[in-house]
Amino acid sequence: MRLVILDNYDKVSEWAARYIKRRILDFEPGPDNYFTLGLPTGSTPLGTYKKLIEFYKKGELSFKYVKTFNMDEYVALPRNHPESYHSFMWHNFFKHIDILPENAHLLDGNAEDKVAECEHFEEEIKKAGGIELFMGGIGPDGHIAFNEPGSSLVSRTRVKTLNQDTVEANARFFGGDISQVPTEALTVGVGTVMDAREVMILITGAHKSYALYKAIEEGVSHMWTVSAFQMHPKTIFVCDEDATLELKVKTVKYFKGLMTLHNKLLEEKSVEPSSKKTEE
Amino acid sequence: MPGNKTVSDGHIFQFKNCRILRNHSIFVEDLWVRDGKIIDPEKLFYVEKGYADFQVDCKNAIIAPGFIDVQINGGFGIDFSSNFDDIEGGVQKVAKGILQHGCTSFCPTIISSSKEVYKKVLPKIKIKAGGRDGAEILGVHVEGPFISKEKRGAHLLENMATYDNGFSDVLDMYHDISSVRIVTLAPELPRSLDVIREFVDRGVVVSLGHSMASLSQGEEAVKHGASFITHLFNAMLPFHHRDPHLVGLLASYKHPPDLRIIYYGIISDGIHTNPCAERIAHRTHAKGSVLVTDAVAAMGLPSGTHRTGTQMIEIQDKRALIAGTDTLCGSIATMNQCVKYFYEATECTMVDALESASLHPARLLKITDRKGSLDYGTDADFVMLDDSLNLLATYIGGELVWDSKLGYDRVVNHGTRRI
Repeated sequence: MRLVILDNYDKVSEWAARYIKRRILDFEPGPDNYFTLGLPTGSTPLGTYKKLIEFYKKGELSFKYVKTFNMDEYVALPRNHPESYHSFMWHNFFKHIDILPENAHLLDGNAEDKVAECEHFEEEIKKAGGIELFMGGIGPDGHIAFNEPGSSLVSRTRVKTLNQDTVEANARFFGGDISQVPTEALTVGVGTVMDAREVMILITGAHKSYALYKAIEEGVSHMWTVSAFQMHPKTIFVCDEDATLELKVKTVKYFKGLMTLHNKLLEEKSVEPSSKKTEE
Repeated sequence: MPGNKTVSDGHIFQFKNCRILRNHSIFVEDLWVRDGKIIDPEKLFYVEKGYADFQVDCKNAIIAPGFIDVQINGGFGIDFSSNFDDIEGGVQKVAKGILQHGCTSFCPTIISSSKEVYKKVLPKIKIKAGGRDGAEILGVHVEGPFISKEKRGAHLLENMATYDNGFSDVLDMYHDISSVRIVTLAPELPRSLDVIREFVDRGVVVSLGHSMASLSQGEEAVKHGASFITHLFNAMLPFHHRDPHLVGLLASYKHPPDLRIIYYGIISDGIHTNPCAERIAHRTHAKGSVLVTDAVAAMGLPSGTHRTGTQMIEIQDKRALIAGTDTLCGSIATMNQCVKYFYEATECTMVDALESASLHPARLLKITDRKGSLDYGTDADFVMLDDSLNLLATYIGGELVWDSKLGYDRVVNHGTRRI
C-alpha cells in the first residue's frame, strides 16, 4: 500500500491527475489496446477531472482509446437530472474530452431489470479486459462507491439501499427536500473494485480523517468498506494534510519519507525496453 | 474508425471555442446542431452514442440567437408598400440583405395603404422558411390603416380608415389576412375592443400605435388581448403625469394575469429615440423591449442620392433625408447597429441587448418553441459576434449564410471532420 500525503486539495488533484496521465501514456493505448479506467463522482475527484481536462486541452493526453466505468448511479433518477451521475460526468468530464460515447460506461439507474443491468455491467468490465486503474473517493463513514457500512467485502455490482445518513446528507442537492432524494442506487461492489489491477483512492479534508485512520491503521472491516483495500496488492491512497489528523505521527512520517519515491511514479520513464511489452 | 453511429442521416456539427447565450446568461459552452436544429449533446452522447461529424472552431466568438425584426418597411431600395413590380423578388432581396445584419427572421411591414394595394401585395408575401436566399418570413406586419389621423406620421391621410362595422371592415380592407402576423391599430377607434379580440382569436398579434389613446384606453385594449406597442414614444401622445397615455402601459398594474408582459417596439438607432428615453423604457420594463429597425427602402443603400418610389432621398452618414432638405425620411438603422446602440445607450447587460432582438420578439410572436433562443429543439438560427457586438457571421438552420469576411457568395459549410 502506498500513502501519498500532499499539502492540500489542489495538490492532491494535481498528483492524482498526473498519475492517471502517466499510467495512460505508459500503457500506450490503441485501437486494440484500450486503457480501462474506473471513475467516481462527487466533490473530491472534481479537481482531478479539471486537471485531466487541462492535459487533454494542451494535447498531452487523449482519451480516444480509454474506456471508462463509473462506480455508481442513483435508481429512478432521470438521466438528465442535474444530480444524476450521468449529468455529473457529462458536465465535469466527458464533454470536455475526446472520449467516444461507446467507451463511457455508466450504470443505468432507470433500467427495467436492475439485476440484469448490474450483471451486464460486470460483463462489460470483463469484456474490456478488467479495469486497469480504478479511482475512488470515500465517505466520512468509509464507504467506497455506495458500499455502505456493513456491505460485503466480496460484493459485486448490485442494487443497494442507501443508509439514512447518506440520504440525509444528499438532501442538500435536492432543494433540502428529503422526499426527493433517491433511496436506492446501483453500485459496483467492493469485490468489483478489488479486481482492478490498481486502485487509487482520494481522501481530503479533516472530516474524512477518521475514515482514513480506519482505512489504513485498523483492521479490515466491512463496517469501513474502504479498509478492504489493505488486501489489494496495488493501492494508492492520495490524501491532504487535513485527512491525516487521526493518523499516528509515526505513520505520517513514514509515508512522507517516501515522497521522493512516490513522485518518481509521475516521471516519464527513461527508455527501458524491459518495462514495456514492445516485442509481443 | 467506424462512421458515426447515430440514428439519423443528418450531419452533426459541434461549434466549439465559443460562448453561448442560453438561459439568460453567456457562458463557455459548445453548440451542437443537426438537421437544422439545436440538439442536446448529453443526450446524443448517452442515448444515441453519437458524436460530431464536423467541428467548427468559433475562435472565442459569442453565439446568440438570430435577430428577429418585427417592423421593417423595406431596404436596399425596396419599399414593401409601394413595390408592385416583383413583389416576391423585392421581399426576397431584403430577406437576403438583412442576413448581413444578423436578422434570421422578420415581418415585412406594410404601412397604411389602399384596399387595392393590400389586395395586390398581401397575397404575394407568403410565410417562408429561411435559408441561404434570405431570412425567414414570419408573416406580414400591417401597420395601419386603422390608426389615428392625428398621429399618422408619414402615413397618407387618404389611406386612414375605421372599422365602424367591426371585423367585417377589417376583412374588407385587407382582403386576405392569412399571412398577417401583427397588426398596428389605434385602440381609441370605435369597435376597437371587438376587433382586437377577433384578431387575437385568429392568432394575430395586436400592437397599439399611431394613436391618441389614453392610458385607460390602452389598458382596455390590453385586457382584450393587445400585447405590443408600436415604436414606443413615436406617433403617440407623450407621457404626462396625469395621463401617461400608451407609454404608461409599461408600468400598468391592470394587465390580465395571463398576459404578464406587454412588449414594446423600440427604434434604437440613436436618432428616432433619445437614449434617455430608451433608458427610461428599459429601466421601467426590461423584459418587454423588442428592438425594431422600422427601416425604410433607403436602408442598406450607400451614401449619396437615391430614388425610391417617387421620392429622392439623400443618405448622409446614419441619416436618410429627403434630398436637399434636413427632413428625416425614416430609419435606415440595421438590426446589429440597433443591438449595439441599445447596449451602449441603456447600459443594459449584453444578454438584455441580445434578447431584446431575439427572445423578446419570439415571445411576442409566441414562437419560442422554434425561434429566439439556443434551447434544444429550436431552429439553429444564430449569429456570431465579437465582444463589442460586431457581427461576424449569420447562420440559418445551422448553415452559414453570411460571413463578415467572405460575404454571401463564398461561404461554404464549414468545419473539419472530427475523425
